[in-house]
Order: sequence, then structure tokens, then C-alpha cells
Amino acid sequence: MAHIRNAALATMTATMAMAMAMAMANSAIAAGPTAEVIHWWTSGGESAAVKQVAQAYRAAGGTWIDTAIAGGDQSRAVTVNRIVGGNPPTAAQFNTSKQFLDLIEQGMLNNVDDIAARERWDLSLPKPIADVIRVKGHYYAVPLNIHMQTWIWYSQAAFKKAGITKEPATMDEFFGALEQLKAAGIVPLAHGGQAWQETVLFSAILANMGGRDLYLSVIQARDQKAMHSDAFRKVLLAFKRMHNYVDAGAPGRNWNDATAMVIKGTAGFQVMGDWVKGEFTNAKQVAGKDYGCIAGLGPTVPYLMQGDVFVFPKTASANAVQAQKLLANVVTAPATQLVFSQLKGSIPVRMDVDTSRLDACAQKGMAIIKDRARQAGVTEVYLTPDQNGAIQDVLTAYWNTNMTIDKAQKNFAAALRN
Amino acid sequence: MARPRRPARLTPFAALLPMALTAIVAYIGCALWTLRVSFTSSRTFASSQYVGLAQYERLFDNERWVLSLHNLALYGVLFIAACLVIGCLLAIFIDQNVTGEGVLRTIFLYPYAMSFVATGLVWQWMLTPGQGFPFDWIVDQDMVIYTVVIATVWQAAGLVMAMVLAGLRGVDPDLWKAARLDGIPAWRVYVSIVLPLLAPTLATVTLLLSTTVVKLFDAVVAMTQGGPGTASEVPAKFIMDHLFLRSNIGLASAGAMVMLAPVLAMLVPYAYARSRRVNR
Repeated sequence: MAHIRNAALATMTATMAMAMAMAMANSAIAAGPTAEVIHWWTSGGESAAVKQVAQAYRAAGGTWIDTAIAGGDQSRAVTVNRIVGGNPPTAAQFNTSKQFLDLIEQGMLNNVDDIAARERWDLSLPKPIADVIRVKGHYYAVPLNIHMQTWIWYSQAAFKKAGITKEPATMDEFFGALEQLKAAGIVPLAHGGQAWQETVLFSAILANMGGRDLYLSVIQARDQKAMHSDAFRKVLLAFKRMHNYVDAGAPGRNWNDATAMVIKGTAGFQVMGDWVKGEFTNAKQVAGKDYGCIAGLGPTVPYLMQGDVFVFPKTASANAVQAQKLLANVVTAPATQLVFSQLKGSIPVRMDVDTSRLDACAQKGMAIIKDRARQAGVTEVYLTPDQNGAIQDVLTAYWNTNMTIDKAQKNFAAALRN
Repeated sequence: MARPRRPARLTPFAALLPMALTAIVAYIGCALWTLRVSFTSSRTFASSQYVGLAQYERLFDNERWVLSLHNLALYGVLFIAACLVIGCLLAIFIDQNVTGEGVLRTIFLYPYAMSFVATGLVWQWMLTPGQGFPFDWIVDQDMVIYTVVIATVWQAAGLVMAMVLAGLRGVDPDLWKAARLDGIPAWRVYVSIVLPLLAPTLATVTLLLSTTVVKLFDAVVAMTQGGPGTASEVPAKFIMDHLFLRSNIGLASAGAMVMLAPVLAMLVPYAYARSRRVNR
């Protein structure tokens, strides 16, 4: 009996010794700065893009811990809760917007002034983006890319079936094309009936019909007179008119399901940001051949920019600060910027990447962005989440119910009053 | 003589202390904190800038909030009425000494074991139009709240059935014999004699259903995400959206206080009446 017990004890001790040795060896291998990153890049193209960033970070010697949370709102809520709760991630994804303004004002984020100085963001970043990531003279977020929210995508197959030979170049031609698609039995506009998507459609109409001046005076300056003007009334009416061109299954549909309709050719147009290119690429479709992209119905239509940024929560751990600096360097490197935007469908923030490697629509975007008069931000760049949510509520109510135009105009103005 | 009595009196208090602390700190303390935040202009974080009743004014100016109150009132009345009627009917039918009573009871109570999220998702799939069956209430602005009623009544009627059945089993069988002697039809016995006897059980069931009504959030989120547009908005979803997504805890706290007020208004007189009845 005794020798069996001794043998068991010996085996246990040996196993424990081996385990400890392996643990020590493992910790010796994983010596690079560890970065836990919270993000919501969970669809096909997006997660391929973030994998590239993770690989670049690992190649630079770091350890990447991925915390993907589906849904932008949920992911941001988790980030804020963790920062407040004292267990912040190393970096977190936000949109280029006022979503993290409260975090900055409470002093919960590290600033990235050293990166900003090195990359000369004061000169190279488009002004709407620079203005929203710079608070009281300090930069608090590292932009990864620039998305444009209001591209008009169309299916070449649907165009051929409806007999449309050229891209619409004015609002009237756009409505004409929608009518032609309707007559050919194709769903004219693939739309997902979610509040944020209705706001995207509205922003597109406001930008295309109202131009830069009306757009900025309503969204940036929140000028009540502009919101009660006749021009804005026409924009709201055109927005409601779009409802005639949407199919009955639209309520609640996700954006990528609407893109699938354009990919299959059962719908003609979709008004959505350039993140849809990932879906087209996954379906092996080529820009210019199977699908087309229109940035604006005219040469002066504002290019509504948004994007993704990494913020770096304030932390006492020196290891975490080192990881943050390494991550910021990796993310702003030209190679990472190029491959991330290629897979995600956006355009890089840096102007010095090789644009020939980007697809036709991204090249169009990079050319437009050089024109400073066309640079503008999406609603979230100028409005707080609360204000943005308030106009979303008004727009989705106007879209879905038979609210009168006067009431809609009044409610919209009231939503942005404070 | 005092010494042996002190340990005996201390133990129950010591046992109750954790629960009392939790109730006082967590429930009452947080409710008071929410009340305080509702008078400030807090956004993502609580601020100490007091703005009086401005958040409440903004709340009742908000069409989505007013619609959510309207929806909750409509939903509450329909949900409680339907659950009580269907639950009582199911209990009465099972009480007729049917064969396979155990199996039937399990089948009817089974939906209650599902969470509201699962219920909402399954019913959303079943009711989504485009499957050939022309039932499009779930995408109709005016009818979508009724689909939420259908899904949640399906889930909760089993609980009402179980509790009413237990009550029915407690009814004195002599009552039935006397009623048969008098020649009273069975349905009349149920309506005029048995159900009034079950009044305490029905009151308990109504209270349970009322708490479910006020808390309604996950079923709406799973089924309609607030409905086409904001048609099936409910107060709990409005509050949660503003707490997290809209980063406006001031407005959300005002909403929470407004939800608490009618609950207190109903509960306090009820509790007072019950305590008076007990002490009599």
C-alpha cells in the first residue's frame, strides 16, 4: 500500500513540476506588450480586416487579445462600463464622432499627441475628422480609416434589365431611374428598415439636394431658421417619397441583407456606406463590372465622412501604456492602413499610400477627398449621441407613419433645439 | 435573567442583516440616487449640475416616451385580461379529471420555462410576413403591439393555469355536491361561487402579471426591436436605450422615476389596506 501511495505522490509531483516549467516557458515566449482590444468588426469583411491589424501587431512583437462584441451600441456600452468599472481594455473601437466626448471630459482617455505630431495630423487629416478627435488642443483617438456614409450603389444587372444606360447625375434622374426599375418589376431601392439606416438615407438626400451649405447649417450649426426653411421641407418630402420605392419586407432588415438584394440583382439601388464593398467582394463581384458606385449626384455634393478610431483608456500599468503606443504605431503604418481599408471597404487616413492597390470606388473617394470644399462629416460627427438619436426618432417616425410634413419639420427642429 | 435573553434576540437580527443591507443600500439607495440624477443634466456620467424638472419636461415632450406609455397601458390591460381568462379556462378544463392530466399540465406550463428572449425570437420568425400566410401585424404600425401581447400571453398563461388549478383543487367538494342538488349549471357555479372563492389566488396572479407588464423589455427587443419605427416602444426599452446607447442617464433616470410613481401609487394603498386588515 505504502509504495503505491509513494508512487502516486511521485507522479503528482513530477506532473506539477512539468506544468510549472511549461507555464514559465510560455510566459517567457509571450513577453510582448499585451493589448486587449474591444471592437465590433464582426461581419465577414470586417473581421478579415481586423485580423490583418492583429497580425501586424503580432509581427511587431505584441500579443493581441481580441474582444469582439457584435453591435456597435453594445460594444461601446461594454467599453464605457469597463472603463468606469476600473478594468479598461488596452484599446477600444469607437466611431469618429462625439461618442467618446464624455470620456475625454472625465479624463478617462490617454492623449495621442505624440502620434499626432509625428504624422502631422494638423495638416494631413481632413478637417471634420481632426476637429472631432481633438478636444481642447489634444488628440484623443487614432483614426484607422475614413468611410463615406452615403454612397449610392447599383447593380449593373438590374440596370440592364430595366434599360437604364447611364448613372443618374441629378436628383431628378435618380427618381427617373427608380421609376424605370419599378416598371421593370425590380425593387428600386434595397432598404433596411432600421432607424440608423433611415437616417443614412435622409443624410444622402439632404447632402444631394441641399448641398454643403444646407447640410452644415442644419447638422453642424443646428440653425432653426434653416430647419424651417422651404428647401429643408423639400428635402423631407423627397425623403418620404423614397418610401414608394422600398419593398414590403424592409422593416427590420439588416444592411447586409439589403446589400445581398443588390448583389443578386433583385434590387437596383442601395444607399449605404462603403462598408458594403466587403459584401460585394465576398460575393466575388467587381466594381465597375457587376456593381457601380456614385459618390454624389453632382460634382459639389459633400462627401460625408465617418470612420473608426481607437481610443486608449487611461491606465496606471506601464505595460499597457507600452502596448497602446505600439498599437498606435502599427495602426498608422502605411502597410496596415492599406490592407485594412482594402478589406473593409474604406479609404486610408494617410494620403501617401499607393492608391493603385485600392478598388475603383475607393480611388474615386480618395480623389474627391482632396477637394476641401466637399469634406463634411456625418451627423454623428457634429451631434452628440443623444441629439443624433433624437433626429433618428423623428426620421423613423416620419418614414413609418403618416405624419404630416409640418409636424415632421417641427419635430426635427425641436429635436435639435438644445 | 437578562443574559440568556440577549443572544436569543440577537440571532434573528443578525440573520436578517445581509438582506436588510441589500434592500436598503441596493434598492432604496439606488432608487434615491436615480431620483437625484433625474434632476441633473447628466450624460454618460453623473454630473452635479442641477437643472430642476428640465429632464421631466423633455421627457413628456418626447413623442417616443408618450407613445411608450400608451403602448404599456394598452399592453398591460390586454395581457392581464387575456392571461387571466385563458389561464382560468385552461385550469377549469384540466380540473374536470381529464385523462393525461399530468401531461397536459406540463405542456401548458412549458412555455413559461422559456425566457422572454427565446419567446420573442420564435414568435418573430413565425409572424414575419413573406411566408405566404397573410398575417402582417408585426410590420404594421398600429397592430404590432398586439403581436407582443400574443407572444407573451402564450408564455405566461401557463403560470396562471398552474396557480388557479392549485386554488381549484382547494375548493371544498361538498360545495359541488350542494350545487348539483340545487340544480345550478356548472358554468354558473364557476362564475358566481368558485372564482370569488379564488379571489386571493387571482389577486396574487394579477400582482405577478403586473410586475411582468411593467418590466416588459426583452420580449419587445427580441421580437420587434421597438417595432417598425418606434411603434412598439415600451418605457423600459426607452429607459435602457437612453442609459446606454444615447448616453443620457439624466433622461433615463427621469423615465425610471416616472415609471416608479404609478407602481408606488398602486402598491402603497394596497399594502396599507392589507396591513390594516391583518391588524384588525
